[in-house]
Amino acid sequence: MFELARSQLLDPTGLDQSDIESTISRLAGGAVDFGELYFQRRVSEAWSLEDGAVKNGSWDVDQGVGVRAIAGAGTGFAYADAITLPALIDAADSARAISRQASRGQVRLAPAITTPERYTHVDPTREGRSADRVELLRTVDAYVRSLDARVSQVSVNISGSHEFILVAASDGTLAGDVRPLVRLDIRVLMEDGDRREQGFAGGGGRYCLAELMDPDFWQPQAKEAVRQAEVNLRAEDAPAGHMTVVLGPGWPGVLLHEAIGHGLEGDFNRKGISAFSNRIGEQVASPECTIVDDGTLADRRGSLAIDDEGTPAGSTTLIENGRLVAYMQDKLNARLMGVKPTGNGRRESFAHLPMPRMTNTYMLPGNHDPGEILASVEDGIYAVNFNGGQVDITSGKFVFAASEAYRVKNGKVGVPIKGATLIGNGPDVLTRVGMVGNDLALDNGVGVCGKEGQSVPVGVGQPTLRIDGLTVGGTH
Amino acid sequence: MASSGSLTVADWLAQPERERETLVGIAKRALDQATEGGAEQAEVSVSSSLAREAGVRLGDIEHLEEARDRGVRVTVYAGQCSGTASTGDLRPEVIDQCVQHALEIARHTQRDRAAGLADPALIAESVDELNSGQLTDLDLWHPEDIAMDRLAERAIEMERSGREADQRIANSEGASVSLEASLSVHGNTLGFMGSRQSTSFSQSCVLIAQDDQGMQRDYDWDSARRWSDLNGPEQTGRHAAEKTVRRLGAKRVPTGPVPVIFAPPVAKGLIGHLVSAASGGSLYRRSSFLLDALGEAVLPEQFSLIESPRLPGGPGSSHFDADGIATREQALVDRGTLARYVLSAYSARRLGTVTTANAGGIRNLRIDGPLTPRDELLAQVGTGLLVTEVMGQGVNLVNGDYSRGAAGFWIENGAIAWPVEEITIAGNLRNMFLGLSAAGDDIDPRNNIQTGSLLIDRMTVAGQG
Repeated sequence: MFELARSQLLDPTGLDQSDIESTISRLAGGAVDFGELYFQRRVSEAWSLEDGAVKNGSWDVDQGVGVRAIAGAGTGFAYADAITLPALIDAADSARAISRQASRGQVRLAPAITTPERYTHVDPTREGRSADRVELLRTVDAYVRSLDARVSQVSVNISGSHEFILVAASDGTLAGDVRPLVRLDIRVLMEDGDRREQGFAGGGGRYCLAELMDPDFWQPQAKEAVRQAEVNLRAEDAPAGHMTVVLGPGWPGVLLHEAIGHGLEGDFNRKGISAFSNRIGEQVASPECTIVDDGTLADRRGSLAIDDEGTPAGSTTLIENGRLVAYMQDKLNARLMGVKPTGNGRRESFAHLPMPRMTNTYMLPGNHDPGEILASVEDGIYAVNFNGGQVDITSGKFVFAASEAYRVKNGKVGVPIKGATLIGNGPDVLTRVGMVGNDLALDNGVGVCGKEGQSVPVGVGQPTLRIDGLTVGGTH
Repeated sequence: MASSGSLTVADWLAQPERERETLVGIAKRALDQATEGGAEQAEVSVSSSLAREAGVRLGDIEHLEEARDRGVRVTVYAGQCSGTASTGDLRPEVIDQCVQHALEIARHTQRDRAAGLADPALIAESVDELNSGQLTDLDLWHPEDIAMDRLAERAIEMERSGREADQRIANSEGASVSLEASLSVHGNTLGFMGSRQSTSFSQSCVLIAQDDQGMQRDYDWDSARRWSDLNGPEQTGRHAAEKTVRRLGAKRVPTGPVPVIFAPPVAKGLIGHLVSAASGGSLYRRSSFLLDALGEAVLPEQFSLIESPRLPGGPGSSHFDADGIATREQALVDRGTLARYVLSAYSARRLGTVTTANAGGIRNLRIDGPLTPRDELLAQVGTGLLVTEVMGQGVNLVNGDYSRGAAGFWIENGAIAWPVEEITIAGNLRNMFLGLSAAGDDIDPRNNIQTGSLLIDRMTVAGQG
């Protein structure tokens, strides 16, 4: 994997290891604690269908090198879209401006680390023929329309990307990775009289397009999109107020991502600006809750062989039986906090700085049957699907917006209710977890996490959860 | 083709025409390649920007960034089939490869009757206007090569002013100051080749305040086309401190219906939802709560929304839209009535009508009508909510359902009483806009959508109970 990334990124440019070592030597040394080069090339393609026809297709290629120099807690950063020695030296000199002292000494890179095998070697952007993608979208469209006569609009998108990265740094790091990523999205609009409602389903991961093209993959997604739209056509106004909320398994784990995950990223905690700062060792959740961030799962959208700093991806237990045990770290924040990097240093591209980011974040299963959990609710809501969420890591307040939810009364799931935002307080929401289900599920692979303007693919998951008190933002 | 990789920042800023020539050369090459490759029509956008930013935290430099970004995006049309390709790598061989990919995609996409460049007669008018030499200066280009040290010094001063403004400021997420210069060229095979260049200087400061109850964070910012037009750094720092401290002691409020004032930063988001719902893409997908609403009342009749795309110095100003059609001043909402949709050449054809020169979006939209001072708005509310921040994605443009997390202030006896957090606000956008009781005179001209506070007569607030 490393050799493939190295040859793809460097061979066409004529750069060799000695050029890289000399650039890093120029970059690091003196007051600069750490210097790094990050080479990247990514090819992406996408096809979309609407109105029964594949009207758009796009292709994109981007490549470049990001150069950073760290002195203390300060980072100098520059990048170039040309991978040439003069451009590298130019960027290195800009990044070095973080320190006024001249560099000295010679950096020697360690032998490249062996990249763990975590995903397919197939390049999805070169897999099969364009005609196959067009045919898939048309087949999905016809299938969706055959499911319900009230379907008035269908849009289907398929996308794939293939990325090579190479990281070399003054701490001796030399590592590379080749990452595939594919995704299929199905969006349905259904009309019944005056009402129009939408449904969405999709999925993907770090595997090949052929898997998306398998009817066993896309037919359930198509049915799910139609089912959601149909449920929403029947939805009644959502209640407003503080109540018991049961969250379904899988994608509702976006709760953990927002309420807990961001607040446990190393940068916010090193700066002391997270609602979870200085709370390692404290009980922050019910003893039934154990939450991990695991980048090592095979084929998942949020998985990585190595992170964008060349650290092998890890599986980090963040909360163990309710007790906060670790933060997620990149190299900079780990060094400043005196801990080890956890393989969470990620960046959107060579043109962005890495920072601690989540990979696949989920809660381990508990003991309760989901039916038993619902039966225990006197008055509340059961939310099974969400659009996404947001958090203020300082005050701890977080939201996530339900896209499919039901009223629950006396242990019975009742009428569907319209989409509503749920709001809570991160540091105490998990202390209100009353029951944890035995039905852990991970999401289908559609998560995109945004932080400081950078987007990266992530995964979430959880078993069914009962939360005894969240504010539901309905209209009555 | 000369690579401008060798241009220094100072050269780039002093002689943008050199960079522009490079971009025009790239655009022409791409169009020629597309035509040679069998495209009947093609269009290309090429952009180049440079940015410099200094960030500080607790008095020390946290990041210094130099960015040079370039990109090209080409769309080809062959037999009403289209293909698009883009790259950030402007070497000639990569651009050629890009055009070939676009052509290859167009061989596989299906026929789309609406596909293609805008009406040739309209493009010809734009070409005439470009060639006339009569285009007014939009006053967007005021380059200044401010050194990294000066950016950093200003950031340090801004953060210091903020931290010294109040003892309850316990921490900082930092202050940053940046400059950006961007240049873009858009051309098509009907002979249009337009360009736009602009500068922007920005500063922001994010502070943390603390009391027994916990921490709160807020920020202030400023942005201007001219370096000298930026607010003083101490002003931005002080405002950030005031806004942050004001949030301390926030609590929830009881659940129920109340009048809600949206402060300007969130009011512009509300108007943005109206623009999205009136946009061609939402309409031809039948995914808009304003479907078939043309000519209907969408706001109370005393209010209009006017688009002024050629406003000198405006945040969104441009002579031409992204299709190369000349922009013009026009109402979106005229005395309460939805006067038109927001259309590109493509979406207009999909809807069987003509473009409104809004490819790429709306430009400098401003509320018009009776504007009320903020104090009078508070008095008018009596008891209710002032929202200064909204959170989350709970906006459904298909049916107008709106449910979002919010923070702000409780209003009692016509005055701000205490800070509020961890609540939701909900309603339906169609009703909310019709229930617009008053608009504030506190219009923020720094935004592309320019509105003051907006008072919505009634929304459901959920908090305790």
